[in-house]
Amino acid sequence: MSLNKLTIADARDALKKGDVTSVELTEACLGEIEGAGALNAFVHKTPEIALEQAKAADARIKSGDAPAMCGIPLGIKDLFATKGVATQAASNILEGFKPEYESTVTQNLWDAGAVMLGKLNMDEFAMGSSNESACYGPVVNPWKVDDRQLTPGGSSGGSAAAVAADLCLAATGTDTGGSIRQPAAFTGIVGIKPTYGRVSRWGVVAFASSLDQAGPMTKSVRDAAIMLGTMCSHDPKDSTSADILVPDFEAALTGDIRGKKIGIPKEYRLDGMPAEIETLWENGIAMLKDAGAEIVDISLPHTKYALPAYYVVAPAEASSNLARYDGVRYGHRAKLGAGEGITDMYEKTRAEGFGPEVQRRVMIGTYVLSAGFYDAYYNRARKVRALIKRDFEQVFAQGIDAILTPATPSSAFGLGEMVDADPVAMYLNDVFTVTVNLAGLPGISVPCGLDAKGLPLGLQLIGRPWEEGELLNHAYVLEQAAGFAAKPNKWW
Amino acid sequence: MSIDIDTARKVAHLARIRVPEDHLPALASELSNILTFMEQLNEVDVEGVEPMTSVTPMRLKRREDVVTDGGYPEKILKNAPDAREGFFAVPKVVE
Repeated sequence: MSLNKLTIADARDALKKGDVTSVELTEACLGEIEGAGALNAFVHKTPEIALEQAKAADARIKSGDAPAMCGIPLGIKDLFATKGVATQAASNILEGFKPEYESTVTQNLWDAGAVMLGKLNMDEFAMGSSNESACYGPVVNPWKVDDRQLTPGGSSGGSAAAVAADLCLAATGTDTGGSIRQPAAFTGIVGIKPTYGRVSRWGVVAFASSLDQAGPMTKSVRDAAIMLGTMCSHDPKDSTSADILVPDFEAALTGDIRGKKIGIPKEYRLDGMPAEIETLWENGIAMLKDAGAEIVDISLPHTKYALPAYYVVAPAEASSNLARYDGVRYGHRAKLGAGEGITDMYEKTRAEGFGPEVQRRVMIGTYVLSAGFYDAYYNRARKVRALIKRDFEQVFAQGIDAILTPATPSSAFGLGEMVDADPVAMYLNDVFTVTVNLAGLPGISVPCGLDAKGLPLGLQLIGRPWEEGELLNHAYVLEQAAGFAAKPNKWW
Repeated sequence: MSIDIDTARKVAHLARIRVPEDHLPALASELSNILTFMEQLNEVDVEGVEPMTSVTPMRLKRREDVVTDGGYPEKILKNAPDAREGFFAVPKVVE
């Protein structure tokens, strides 16, 4: 098998045994990346850094002091600040920006000996579900069943495509409304968004600070457990980072979920949901039941209000976070005509630097926070958010251990197919994932089958706060039972 | 709630994003559609509900109010489009 196709777990074991070196793994990935320009996943490549890190990792492994992620070649979403390496959040407004600092998550990975292959494409400022809002142009899904090019989903579309196409062993993603789980489902890989506060947000370009969490995107549940453990830490530089112990997530993968209670929320059965999604869900329920879990029908009555609440809260926070892009401290500054002043500079810089979806969300956020509308929209949305969170708290109080839902309302759609659609239609992609961000819970997408067209579909498991270990164990059981092993046929 | 062209112009200015006059009608209609979608929230009884402020009940960490970092203006200015003599430079603000 080509080395780039390895999982983290297999690569770790092979590295430890001395069967393979990190330099060999890294060179295999760099070669694949060179040949995968058509996917447009890697947008800033860092082969020199990668080989230097790989050599250091090999020395560390030889010395016997090697954590699990040592020597593992990764792709990094363009949202993570990487010192001296372009960090653009796929936006023209950050063109040329090279941070003087490293995000906590990536620092944790490098401290563990991981290797950076380069930066991955995404939706601009992580706002999107199809990767079409990127300043670099869209990512193309490695899955292809006819002459159409498909979206890998978004916003972590570059991460998803790179992992599914075996350009790297795993990648970092971020998830504000579903941006790890939806692209993972569209590309047949695993993606977990941990509990809010589990992973530091420091050095991750902010979109909506009360919703943003980083997480791993991997080829297996075991890999997600390994990589998540390295990404997590208490970080004094992020005031919402939780000061609690990070357990050994991999050790939680016992495969035993006998007696666990799995909630099936009736509100997630949408009108007009494709029959294939319904069948996939039923199959998933049967698999967990066969593994000895008890299936319980539950109700999360405020589910239908999650999307509208999200599309008030997220743009409100974004409009505030993105106020920093003013052409003064970093990135793009518009050229000014004679007599133009500082307000012209702000307005022209932001009009030139932000793409249409980002402009739309910043303006929506500005509106809902403006005098006279703050209570009607923003405070009301925060109250509805509290009710959505309460729905989950009530079912967990009834003894539910995990909740099973579809990850997405469809399989991957064609690039360009949603261009003329109402922005609200695109927002519906997040319908199953967004509740989890609003409630701050951990959620994972697991590939569970193919639709009639041959495209991957995923199921989502939602866990109790801080119980990522148990959640991963449920996902592990689902993964083993589903036995999803399909890979995209290489056309790129 | 629908947004008229004047409101769209005002929101664009508040957001400091220049929108050409001929794009304002389309912007107003887009924003109106999104706000209509949000109006579903009015169906929810939120009487007596406290707005959610944090995801988990946890007290924000505090620390001594002392300088913990800094002293490298060259790094801070490194990415600036225009920096001079240790400062960010902007167009004239005061006449």
